[in-house]
Amino acid sequence: MTTPLLTLSGISKSFPGVRALHEVSLELYPGEVTALIGENGAGKSTLVKILTGIYQPDAGTIEIAGKPVSLPSAHAAFAAGITAIHQETVLFDELTVAENIYLGHAPRTRFGTIDWKTMRRAAQKVLDGMDAGISAEARLRDLGIAKRHLVAVARAMSIEARIVIMDEPTAALSQKEIEELYVLIELLKKEGKAVLFISHKFDEIYRIADRYAVFRDGEMVGKGFIRDARHGEVVRLMVGRPVDTIFPERTAEIGPPVLEVEGLSHPTEFDDISFALRRGEILGFYGLVGAGRSEVMQAIFGMTRPSAGEIRIDGRPIAPRSPADAVEAGIVYVPEERGRQGIVIGLPIFQNVSLPSLRRTSKSGVLRLAEEFSLAREFTQRLDLRAASLSQDVGTLSGGNQQKIVIAKWLATAPRVIILDEPTKGIDIGSKAAVHGFMAELVAAGLSVIMVSSELPEILGMSDRVAVMREGRLIGIFDNHGLSAETLVRAAAGIADEAAA
Amino acid sequence: MKLLVKYRELLLVLAILVVTAAIAVRSPGFVAPGNLLSIFNDTAILIVLALGQMVVILTRSIDLSIAANLTLTGMIVGMLNAFHPEIPVGALIVIGMLAGLGLGAFNGILVWKLDIPPIVVTLGTLTIYRGMAFVVSGGKWVNADQMSPDFIGLTRHLLFGLPVLSWIAIAAIIVFYALLTRTPVGRALYAVGVNPVASVYAGIDVGRARFIAFCISGVMGGLAGYLWVSRYVIASVEIANGYELNVIAACVIGGISIAGGIGSVGGAVLGALFLGLINNALPVINISPFWQMAISGAAIILAVIFNARGERPQGRLILKRAEKAQ
Amino acid sequence: MNESAPAARIIPDRLDHPVRAAIFSWEMLLFLVAVAIFVVNSFASPYFLDPYSLSDATFNFTEKALIAFAMALLIIAGEIDLSVASIIALASTLMAIAAGAGIPTPGLVAIGVLVGIACGAFNGWLVTGLKLPSIVVTIGTMSLFRGIAYIILGDQGFNSYPEDFAFFGQGYVFWVVSFEFVAFLVAAVVFWFVLHRTNFGRRIFAIGNNPVAAQFSGVRVARIKFVLFCLTGLMSGIASICLTSRVGSTRPDIAQGYELEAITMVVLGGVNILGGSGSIIGVVLAAFIIGLVTFGLGLLNVPGIVMSIFTGLLLIVVIALPILYGKLRQGRQA
Repeated sequence: MTTPLLTLSGISKSFPGVRALHEVSLELYPGEVTALIGENGAGKSTLVKILTGIYQPDAGTIEIAGKPVSLPSAHAAFAAGITAIHQETVLFDELTVAENIYLGHAPRTRFGTIDWKTMRRAAQKVLDGMDAGISAEARLRDLGIAKRHLVAVARAMSIEARIVIMDEPTAALSQKEIEELYVLIELLKKEGKAVLFISHKFDEIYRIADRYAVFRDGEMVGKGFIRDARHGEVVRLMVGRPVDTIFPERTAEIGPPVLEVEGLSHPTEFDDISFALRRGEILGFYGLVGAGRSEVMQAIFGMTRPSAGEIRIDGRPIAPRSPADAVEAGIVYVPEERGRQGIVIGLPIFQNVSLPSLRRTSKSGVLRLAEEFSLAREFTQRLDLRAASLSQDVGTLSGGNQQKIVIAKWLATAPRVIILDEPTKGIDIGSKAAVHGFMAELVAAGLSVIMVSSELPEILGMSDRVAVMREGRLIGIFDNHGLSAETLVRAAAGIADEAAA
Repeated sequence: MKLLVKYRELLLVLAILVVTAAIAVRSPGFVAPGNLLSIFNDTAILIVLALGQMVVILTRSIDLSIAANLTLTGMIVGMLNAFHPEIPVGALIVIGMLAGLGLGAFNGILVWKLDIPPIVVTLGTLTIYRGMAFVVSGGKWVNADQMSPDFIGLTRHLLFGLPVLSWIAIAAIIVFYALLTRTPVGRALYAVGVNPVASVYAGIDVGRARFIAFCISGVMGGLAGYLWVSRYVIASVEIANGYELNVIAACVIGGISIAGGIGSVGGAVLGALFLGLINNALPVINISPFWQMAISGAAIILAVIFNARGERPQGRLILKRAEKAQ
Repeated sequence: MNESAPAARIIPDRLDHPVRAAIFSWEMLLFLVAVAIFVVNSFASPYFLDPYSLSDATFNFTEKALIAFAMALLIIAGEIDLSVASIIALASTLMAIAAGAGIPTPGLVAIGVLVGIACGAFNGWLVTGLKLPSIVVTIGTMSLFRGIAYIILGDQGFNSYPEDFAFFGQGYVFWVVSFEFVAFLVAAVVFWFVLHRTNFGRRIFAIGNNPVAAQFSGVRVARIKFVLFCLTGLMSGIASICLTSRVGSTRPDIAQGYELEAITMVVLGGVNILGGSGSIIGVVLAAFIIGLVTFGLGLLNVPGIVMSIFTGLLLIVVIALPILYGKLRQGRQA
């Protein structure tokens, strides 16, 4: 049994009104990957922020190689050999790859100035060692997401970090890119680094991790070797109760086409997309991240202008030039990026709900608050919103409740077609079931739903038909009768049936 | 075209060359080396200030008080010279820069420790600093006959055929180039502007970086204070009134992105030179100097339009990536 | 949050009583500051409480406040217009040209208003049509508009306006109540109504808090911003008419620095410079505070430039104090 490189014991952290972490302990071992598992709000990101010196714990100790350390700043964490690879926000677009790798610890000349030549050479060496195929002199903004991850990993290697935290590193990667990342993680392991791997995806955890630790409601509720842990047991630890994975039962009463899209194209994002959405139908859109699904939906919603093609509602062609036009035509869109595109943080709940319906709640342009409150109350209660009052800032709500606000806002406009983009991403399991149940209610009431999702169980459990996109093109539309997950994955990844292993 | 978008300074060089050539056709004397050097000398103070301002803009901030800083520090060194002519000019320059540092640090502290938006802070200190110039002087002017010959002469003194004023600008350019490209502090200023969140994770204190930027801009304001008073031989409350806008204009024309993180020393210098060139060219080609303001306004707008094209996010380019993969 | 609470609870409209919210508001603080200054002034100078001198005092802020109202809307929407003083100069210049050509007062007013709207529309087009950042765009048009005024007038002044044109800046509606003050009051009511009582105002707040989500919620963000720039231009045009009429002459350097004073008024009034929150009542109170301070200091024979120190300090102190207070309280808890 090896000794841990990093030991956390009794770590607690509270924010006004919230207990984020309570007497948490965690050990990371050299040359091993420890998976940190937990639902959103379980305290994972708080822990990462404590380890990277952004937050200070209220209580508890941190030991590195047996010696107690304190991490009062990001710089101290960095000096202690802890580095974090984050989802998308870590790096610097306008700077070169070499500098992204060496920012904060650049090699110096005799005069104390930055030694660019040595830095470029060293950076190139690290990159080549990883077989990254990236020039150290390239500007980061010219690289794709996967390559950026490689740069982030290169940074971790260059600072000789002993502890590498990977915070949902695969969230935006394609399957092939994820495989490449696994190779890198093996490389980190071989170099004796302790890796903390944070992920939602179980297949990943079982694939790459040696150990696991499960967090729930700010407490560490279980840990051990991943090879000894059964799937169901970890899930049970995570949610604290058996998971109801049953999707709502519904009998599809499918009517005539409501929304028809023909030959929709965009100069850079997608090409020749045609499909029809029928009354009372849930049409799933499956594909890898970056397949162009959101881009198609945003074109239908009037956010971007397509270069060719036609969109028809009830056979009537429409050309939405802005979301306002789309909403008028009865198309609404629940975006994936909830915080940025969905809710207006800073405005209270009722104003978020009434925002697209102001024309109806007002009288000749003058606000009527009573109407707004009653509209907001009607639709938030239908969605079982949990909030202290309708005048509460939406920023204070949990992710699941924020999603309910976005959906309530659109239902209040009495739409024909509702497009949901990754509707349950990053929300807790309870809210997930509520959203699924609600989708079933919507189509039962005669609405039509497009659901963009990267989660296969959700796609298979909810859709009447599934459209699959790959690299900006529509590969096919499948009837969801005995449809197998394998078929969809093959279509999405471009693997021919016979070539499948 | 792609090259131009990527290296925006190149376009500015072209614009400057075209303007110069066009004027040279009308008036060949304009491109005589002596005249070009005198244009540079005329622009020296603007360059000094633009460099200071640029550093602040890089960190997603703005310093509207830089010209008021110049006025106040100019008044301080001018009065010191008038009442204590025995203080050597070198010491006065240092005093001016230290005073400027203090003013910049005051801006910086408010931005750093109290998180007040820079535009609000410097909007306030702009009026405070200029008002203080009135308070210390009692509203009086310091005139040429009150200044010592050294005080006036230093900026005009020729060194290898160039006035010291020009040499100071050249030195500032070199120092800033080294600072921004060769030192960790300089790179931190860029990093903070490009991605403040990631900077925190890279161990850079964003607030402290902004504070440093304001200190630097303050020092340059203080240096410019002496230079201005020495060159125009007057210190009054009214000098450089509204000049902060010329300074920001030079930065914007030079391709310094107001959103932070983008810009180079070369750009700031070229932006300043472009304005200086227009200034000097108008009388030569018989256009009333009253055109100058409108032209620099139009130049700012055109520069912003052009720069925005290079900075705009391009989307995912899914189709192109797919093509490349095949 | 208690997720296991029984479903279908009634969510109340609000928890805090509105009166309670009003008592602890920024506007209340401003009101107290205004009252304090008023009291101090009336002790400091026997001339202060004279209705005629109080009426005179209003001219210190009415023109800037007219712009500040529109600027408040623009800043709440997350944009800014630094060119307002230059719009005044350009509008005034074109009125001067028109007056020189013998156009009567109604024509001059129309020109002032139209030039203002046109300049605002140009700003709005650059910002919303070409998607440029307003702070640099309006630094550019600030030079451009005043630059055109310089091209037209050079260093000349113009002062032969028709006699009845003087009414807008020098006339009184009744007793000591000037036309400018009435315009200020009317504008305050109109802007208060638009911002706080209409759909348009609500959408301004939504845009200021999150322009992307507002766009995704079907708000026509670009159109509203464009209208706001036009509105700011319009108010600058009206301010130009008042100012030109009051001083009776046009010079290209007219209204220099007004943009900063108008913005100071807006920020002091509690409008978040980063957009998303603010109120017209706050701006009205800030206008009175600035007016009272300048007037009071004027009675004490403090020169104008020194007064600006107080304005600047007021701006910083009023914003810094609540932040400092919050930090100190936090520090004690930790």
